[in-house]
Amino acid sequence: MSEPLSPDAFRTYARRCGLVFLVVACMTLLMVGASYLPLKNHALTIGIILAVASVNAGLVAGYLMHLISEQKMIYTLLAFTGIFFVGLMGLSVFAAHDVPALLHQTVTR
Amino acid sequence: MEIPYTVQARPDTGVYNAKVGMWLFLASEVMLFGGLFSAYILLRVAAQTGTWPHGWLSVPLGTLNTLILALSAVTTLMAWAACKARLFERYKLFQAITLLLALIFICIKGYEYQDKFHHYEIVLKDGRIADGHLAESLPGAVVLHHARYVASHAELMDGRHPGAHGEIRLERAQIQRMQNYGPAHNTFTAIYFTLTGLHGLHLIGGMLVFAYLWGPGSAMWKTDPERFTNRVEVSGLFWHFVDLVWIFLFPVLYLT
Repeated sequence: MSEPLSPDAFRTYARRCGLVFLVVACMTLLMVGASYLPLKNHALTIGIILAVASVNAGLVAGYLMHLISEQKMIYTLLAFTGIFFVGLMGLSVFAAHDVPALLHQTVTR
Repeated sequence: MEIPYTVQARPDTGVYNAKVGMWLFLASEVMLFGGLFSAYILLRVAAQTGTWPHGWLSVPLGTLNTLILALSAVTTLMAWAACKARLFERYKLFQAITLLLALIFICIKGYEYQDKFHHYEIVLKDGRIADGHLAESLPGAVVLHHARYVASHAELMDGRHPGAHGEIRLERAQIQRMQNYGPAHNTFTAIYFTLTGLHGLHLIGGMLVFAYLWGPGSAMWKTDPERFTNRVEVSGLFWHFVDLVWIFLFPVLYLT
């Protein structure tokens, strides 16, 4: 059983949550602003937007889901999830770039 | 039979069972949404130049929904913190705010869906295309609002710089084909409705759990407050995941 939060600790926690929301809100507006940047390279715009989105996701996962102070068991579970997720995305990237065909050409050359 | 480790941490994992269960469930959810994101990437990369739409969705509404969901993530966390501080009335307040915010999100999404289902692309027999929102469907004619004519389908792909809009009345005899911007319209709308629809279903599921914990389920507070607090925590974890998914859905669908 965990110790209950004191009224002071509750207020401190509320302030921290408010701060996280403000940062997430600012990052969201930044992301929207970045989408209007007159960059010639569309891939760069997408990269910037997704980088800001990743920071936002990191804040939510770290502070709101308490991943900055979790048990080893949860980190282990997430590590496996991460490996499978990267594998899944890797398959998409390989498929998009026709990687098996490239490998086949390399072998037969 | 008593369910073990609903309150105390299990010695070998260091956390109570429901939390491990929720994280395992979230891991499977990552793979579910990962598969759909992967499908989106493949569809988008494989799309021929000029065939993938831009600016078809309302960025202000999407931004508003992102902020609403982020705020609801904070209020759900505050609901849990209120339980930890033994402030049951505060818990009720924060959980009610979360539910309200979730409802607003769903309403905005519903409005966006309705807008797409009323938006029509009409191919005329003379080769022109009329594009606009269906205002009236009469026996012999249709009336479109905020409508315009375009010479080719490609002109409709960039919704960021639309031309002049007005009212267009078309006789049914002129029409060769008409189709709304629903899931069957093209690849983009198909993946848009699939991704946001699945996300919306998750949101509704979360709302049902929150409503239960706010209403009849809150009776547990009187008998076992620690266990109730843990229930609020794991439901909150699910809600944060739903928020996380939207954090990526918003830029991918609305901004890029």
